[in-house]
Amino acid sequence: MSAGVVAGQAARGVAGIARFALVVAATFLGLLAITFFIGRVVPIDPVLAVVGDRATAAVYEAARERMGLDRPLLVQFFSYVGDVLTGNLGQSISTGRAVVDDLGRFFPATLEMATVGILIGVALGVPMGVTAATRQGSWADQVIRVLGLLGYSVPAFWLGLVGLAVFYAGLGWVAGPGRIDIFYEGLVEPVTGVYLIDSLMAGEWEVFRNAASHLLLPASILGFFSLAYIARMTRSFMLDQLSQEYVTTARVKGVPERRVIWRHAFYPIRIQLITVIGLSYASLLEGSVMIETVFSWPGIGRYLTVALLNADMNAVLGATLVIGSVFILINKASDVLYRILDPRARR
Amino acid sequence: MSAVRDWLLDDSPASRLQASLGRSWRSFSALMRNPLAVAGALIILALIVMAVFAPWIAPYSAIGQDLANRLAPPSALHWMGTDELGRDIFSRVVFGSRITLMIVTMVAVISAPIGLLVGAISGYFGGWTDRVLMGLTDIFLSMPKLILALAFVAALGPGIENAIIAIAITAWPVYARIARAETITFRDSEFIAAVQLQGASSARVILRHVLPLCASSTIIRVTLDMAGIILTAAGLGFLGLGAQPPLPEWGAMISSGRNFILDQWWVATMPGFAIIAVSLGFCFLGDGLRDVLDPKQRDGR
Amino acid sequence: MTAPLLSIKNLTVTFPTPKGPVEVVRGISFSLGRERLGIVGESGSGKSMTGRSILKLIRPPGRVTADEMVFDGIDLASLRERRMRALRGARISMVMQDPKFSLNPVMTVGEQIGEALKTHRPMPRRQLRARVLEMLEAVRINEPERVADLYPHEVSGGMGQRVMIAMMLIPEPDLLIADEPTSALDVSVQAQVLDIIDELVRRNGMGLILISHDLGLVARYCDRILVMNGGEIVEECAARDLDKARHPYTRGLLAAMPRMDEDRDELPVLDRSAWAAT
Ligand SMILES: Nc1ncnc2c1ncn2[C@@H]1O[C@H](COP(=O)(O)OP(=O)(O)OP(=O)(O)O)[C@@H](O)[C@H]1O
Ligand SMILES: [Mg+2]
Repeated sequence: MSAGVVAGQAARGVAGIARFALVVAATFLGLLAITFFIGRVVPIDPVLAVVGDRATAAVYEAARERMGLDRPLLVQFFSYVGDVLTGNLGQSISTGRAVVDDLGRFFPATLEMATVGILIGVALGVPMGVTAATRQGSWADQVIRVLGLLGYSVPAFWLGLVGLAVFYAGLGWVAGPGRIDIFYEGLVEPVTGVYLIDSLMAGEWEVFRNAASHLLLPASILGFFSLAYIARMTRSFMLDQLSQEYVTTARVKGVPERRVIWRHAFYPIRIQLITVIGLSYASLLEGSVMIETVFSWPGIGRYLTVALLNADMNAVLGATLVIGSVFILINKASDVLYRILDPRARR
Repeated sequence: MSAVRDWLLDDSPASRLQASLGRSWRSFSALMRNPLAVAGALIILALIVMAVFAPWIAPYSAIGQDLANRLAPPSALHWMGTDELGRDIFSRVVFGSRITLMIVTMVAVISAPIGLLVGAISGYFGGWTDRVLMGLTDIFLSMPKLILALAFVAALGPGIENAIIAIAITAWPVYARIARAETITFRDSEFIAAVQLQGASSARVILRHVLPLCASSTIIRVTLDMAGIILTAAGLGFLGLGAQPPLPEWGAMISSGRNFILDQWWVATMPGFAIIAVSLGFCFLGDGLRDVLDPKQRDGR
Repeated sequence: MTAPLLSIKNLTVTFPTPKGPVEVVRGISFSLGRERLGIVGESGSGKSMTGRSILKLIRPPGRVTADEMVFDGIDLASLRERRMRALRGARISMVMQDPKFSLNPVMTVGEQIGEALKTHRPMPRRQLRARVLEMLEAVRINEPERVADLYPHEVSGGMGQRVMIAMMLIPEPDLLIADEPTSALDVSVQAQVLDIIDELVRRNGMGLILISHDLGLVARYCDRILVMNGGEIVEECAARDLDKARHPYTRGLLAAMPRMDEDRDELPVLDRSAWAAT
């Protein structure tokens, strides 16, 4: 390849990255605007919350000024953006700590559960989708189709409860709510905050087993929802691929069916699938709100719901911001990946 | 009867009415040949019937307590058992259908027109209008819906009306995208140009000519989204942010049964089946509608 | 005369439709030696289905039946999928219509050509690469080194079709089916591509089935011609006897062909009433 071509590609790459950064920034600003707006329309008066409702008008005004609430809305917004960017999300009234610290402590638990969930979803969903497409109309296809539709119609929190009743109370296959038994708590020094990794690094097998047994059920339930979505999308991508002329071309060449399916039909869609998996991962972070509540899982989702019930707005908005940002980032990143990996889009 | 059918299926309809009735009939009969779609339609019909005739269908009151009969397992008297206050769960599920139906209808009635209007305006005018409106739509689209709805409810306060508003706020962007895409395909077509030449105002063109053409794809999408709306509403109810007790909202019922899940499993489980059945019904019907009205979109969500 | 390369008797292809099964190929019979056979007919007459059923590539719910389908002494009709696969590409091959759709968009041209050979004859990479380059040269591609590393969207239509030919001929099959190999190409490169096919087919002494709706083109490149209409063979004749064709459909096609030496204002339109009554 000539130097000119390389330089041209690099320039396009830089332009692409710049555009990407712009879109992400705009979306992020949108998210901030929404949380800012929500924070302002709360019927609870933030000043009253600080000074109490028996304060005199003068005290009230002073507090209002001190909190910067007398400034124009736009100025308040910019100072809010500044606060967020410098990591100042205010205090949580329920934990009494800075919201940022809380989020840092709770996030690894959510990440752990969602990650194991997506791994389950991909490991099962992709082969299921491929099978359904290659045997269109067979019973396997029907089962996968029904599973997919169930993924859109079963409430996650309900499935969590039923799962607890069956697998924990009934069969005793898994541990109950919570992240780890009290007995094992504090045995392992938190390094990453992800118990599976921390316990492995410490060589504590017992702790690892206990944590895994707590994790299995909630992660599998999340995995079920991502499986449903991934299998459905894989199936529809594959059906589209299998009707392509170049798949017939491969068959004309005498290529074995397995290779036709995986190398010729599946390979081109793996990039689309990355986008789907990214979306699914992002939605698991979101879905963890319900699952964490059911399983008393000390992650961001539960932090958010507890804060919601206590009208702890700083904590609510902080958690919304974090989940929202991760969601946006995953979303956009899978878009970019698509562009980098697909030779057709690289043009 | 067969004369009516022949009239409907006439290859050269004599009037506009005949043509459009014929088209509806053809779609309808295609839909009725799709078993899943029929199942979906029946489920939704059952939901409507249940909601309308709830007082006659339900054997007991939805809120009448019977403390002597707390947490009774399913039996001939109480098909789905009773809850912690001795209320008949089946009756509560029946009355709960009213709330579910109300929520989905309200969300659809609020969000679909907003989305349609934003999308149609965006697609019709193009240029900066389009860029700004779609930028906004995209921002909303890339936000996590449930979280956003939660945050809105937190701000507005718990309750069923606020839950509806919060869900509607997160639901419209999809319809805007669809309406815009549809509008662009026929914006430059000759019949729109003809209407413009007759001196119709932009508002009139959009309302009378553009929006009706976006209707069918929006209806499909709304039907497919219904399941998600039901789940979100139930989720809000479960977290105590939606319908408040003693309203027999299905999500809230599951939440109150949570404490008994290990021993009195029916309290939390039964309303869940209702949610699943209704959501599945909308999924089936939506899938069927898409196959009939818009075959090219098959399978993509 | 020795046994023909391919012999087909009473081939039928059926598709189920909401209105009952439809026969898109209705019991046709023909045989082929190491010669060039042209199949012509208008769109939808069943030409492609005929070509694909020889390779047994009609996917369900389509159904193929035949009294006899013998290739070089092998009974294709009863052949298991495994054995059939060994035949595909290696002994019977097919050039598809439009390189834009029939080349895998995410594999390089070289990889795709190499795969055709490697599937049947595993060999070291170096050697494979050398064969691929050699083949690219044979289809008159300059700079084969560079082209081999391109993706299909980076080559022109004519070049894409030459890549397709290289891919289908690299395992040196005995029979090549070319299904409208030039209809997606610019008129200016059509002759070039056909000349390449012609040259390679002659050089290797292969059989060729050239499918087209262009009677003139088929007459120029083939020895023998089958005319299909509505799933049936309505005329079979040697290319040079084409002007003696008797079937009204063929005559209609002939009459509709523009000639260099004429000055008609209007080309006649096919008059379907002459044979449609059958
Ligand atoms: N999956 C299918 N189901 C039903 N009918 C089909 C199917 N595939 C092809 N057909 C029908 O088979 C007939 C023959 O198709 P074929 O592709 O062989 O035509 P052709 O002669 O190659 O036409 P063209 O010149 O357009 O390529 C057509 O009428 C087509 O509608
Ligand atoms: Mg064809």
